[in-house]
Amino acid sequence: MKQNNIDKIPIIEVSNLTAKYGDKTILNNISLDIYSGEVTVILGASGGGKTTFMKNIIRLIEPFSGSVKIFGNEIVNMEEQDFNEILKRVGMLFQNGALLNSISIFENISIPLEQHTNLPFSIREKIIKKKLELVGLSHAINLLPSELSGGMKKRAALARAIALDPEILFFDEPSAGLDPITSSNLDELILNLKKQLNISLVIVTHELASIYRIADRIVFFDKGELVYQGDLTGVINCEHPIVKKFFEVGKF
Amino acid sequence: MNYDFYHVESDTIHLRGSYIKGTIPEIHKDLTSTLLKSNIRNHYSELKIDGSQLTELDSSGVALLDEIMEILDISTNALVNFSAGNQKKINIFSSFSPHKNEKNINEKTDETFLYKIGDFFYKYLCHSYEMLVLTSDIFYWSIVGLFDKKGHRKGSFTQQSLFIGLNAIPIVCLLSFIIGLILSLQSAIQLRQFGADQFLGNLLGVALVSELAPLITAIIVAGRSGSAIASEIATMKVTEELDALKMMALNPIRYVVVPKFHAITVCMSILVVFSIIVGILGGLLVAVMYLGLTPISFINACISAVSMKTFVITLIKSTVFAWQIVIIGSHYGFIVQGGAEGVGKATTQSVVASIFGVIIMDALFSFLYLV
Repeated sequence: MKQNNIDKIPIIEVSNLTAKYGDKTILNNISLDIYSGEVTVILGASGGGKTTFMKNIIRLIEPFSGSVKIFGNEIVNMEEQDFNEILKRVGMLFQNGALLNSISIFENISIPLEQHTNLPFSIREKIIKKKLELVGLSHAINLLPSELSGGMKKRAALARAIALDPEILFFDEPSAGLDPITSSNLDELILNLKKQLNISLVIVTHELASIYRIADRIVFFDKGELVYQGDLTGVINCEHPIVKKFFEVGKF
Repeated sequence: MNYDFYHVESDTIHLRGSYIKGTIPEIHKDLTSTLLKSNIRNHYSELKIDGSQLTELDSSGVALLDEIMEILDISTNALVNFSAGNQKKINIFSSFSPHKNEKNINEKTDETFLYKIGDFFYKYLCHSYEMLVLTSDIFYWSIVGLFDKKGHRKGSFTQQSLFIGLNAIPIVCLLSFIIGLILSLQSAIQLRQFGADQFLGNLLGVALVSELAPLITAIIVAGRSGSAIASEIATMKVTEELDALKMMALNPIRYVVVPKFHAITVCMSILVVFSIIVGILGGLLVAVMYLGLTPISFINACISAVSMKTFVITLIKSTVFAWQIVIIGSHYGFIVQGGAEGVGKATTQSVVASIFGVIIMDALFSFLYLV
């Protein structure tokens, strides 16, 4: 069923994307689709272009050439105002949370709600409390980010990312720096949110355990080339030497 | 009581249209005021909210539903005819859903006036104590460091001297020149009224050597190097570099602070001498151009007014200023808390504290000139 992508709606369409840092080509002519309602995991060795790919999709880095469509809208060269409207419909969880350190968790989650909606305070407060409850952090609402542990920071950042009910969530290495238990709890939380809120997820990760738990679809980059896309069983049996090695060294 | 988004019919509130972030602000204002004004709660014992005509709902819509339920004091049982999709969203987002919001938010306790005063002085005492410990540590290790070159990076003394001393020379000279010029111009106008032109040199010499040159230099060094020291050490603390040094069996004070301490000790006096010379040159310009004195007589007056004792005290004073700047800067660096915002705070505090400290110390030293 997972192989059958024909009746699924592509939510992000990337075609012929090339990314460069100066003269150095990081991604070479990548074309792929990301489908709605799926967990897409982006894999690859360090320096293989995973994070660059993700940052190109959301224009944190401007693509060198090629086309990226989100919700059917071409975003390369899009006016900033229009692109901001797209950004309001997606969320991102950064590697270390990227919470603003000088303000409390409550205010952090309040930022998108305050800036992009005219909701009255009582409604905003209810939303914030609810989102924090969804990530299991109700008790931390008045704390500063520096008072939280790594796992808690990520959960708080997740609450901020889902504050505006996004349709797509991007994760940059969600399990980096977390112990296996916290990391598996975070995966569970991500899956739960996906199920409850019907969000499409795009995740960059290295954690094999995490991949087995959450991936619907896998995209594998190596040295700037797309070497594999498909489902989990396919990738384990994949004959490409790099992909094979990636899954073999991870085994015990 | 009719509105595009809802209407109230006996005991039922019918909701209509999309309840999403864009529309909620409008609906919220209208609906809550209508409900608060009406005494619908008193008329009927059983109230219902009908969602059959509701098209879209998001988390803000559910938050509004929560608020309505709070106002009307009803439970989720009163929500009827919601579509399956909307019902699911209510189940996830409503705080009336089975997993209810816990009220274990730690609220800040009220601090009374006396508590605050006590707290302030207690913290002040702690600060002073820590600062004294740090001062003794720095002095100990810098004396040890003089004889034992181990424990700090090779070339760090030269590097720090270049940064603290050489790079500061242009700005110190520029400011001293301007101050010397202004000071002598202002005094020249007054002196001329009494025909005391030839005393300009004495005045400028004493003012620059005993007060202005050390003070200006100290303030510039506090702003340039004091802030750099505080932010560097604070950043190292935040990014756990200091802990890493400790784990390599290196003393952070010895490795990081001592080279700066040595460098500033040497450079400060040199900077002050530069400041004095350039300041006198500024005065010379005024003396020659405005008062028509000969350069020789002006410089002779300058030198004759300043005793050797004054000059030596000035050099000691500026060295003490320099130590103070390093100690205060590294103190605020070491006590930093939190992340990037802590670094900024520490830097600001260190500059304010070191300029304050320099001026207080200057006041104390002025008694020494009297002795």
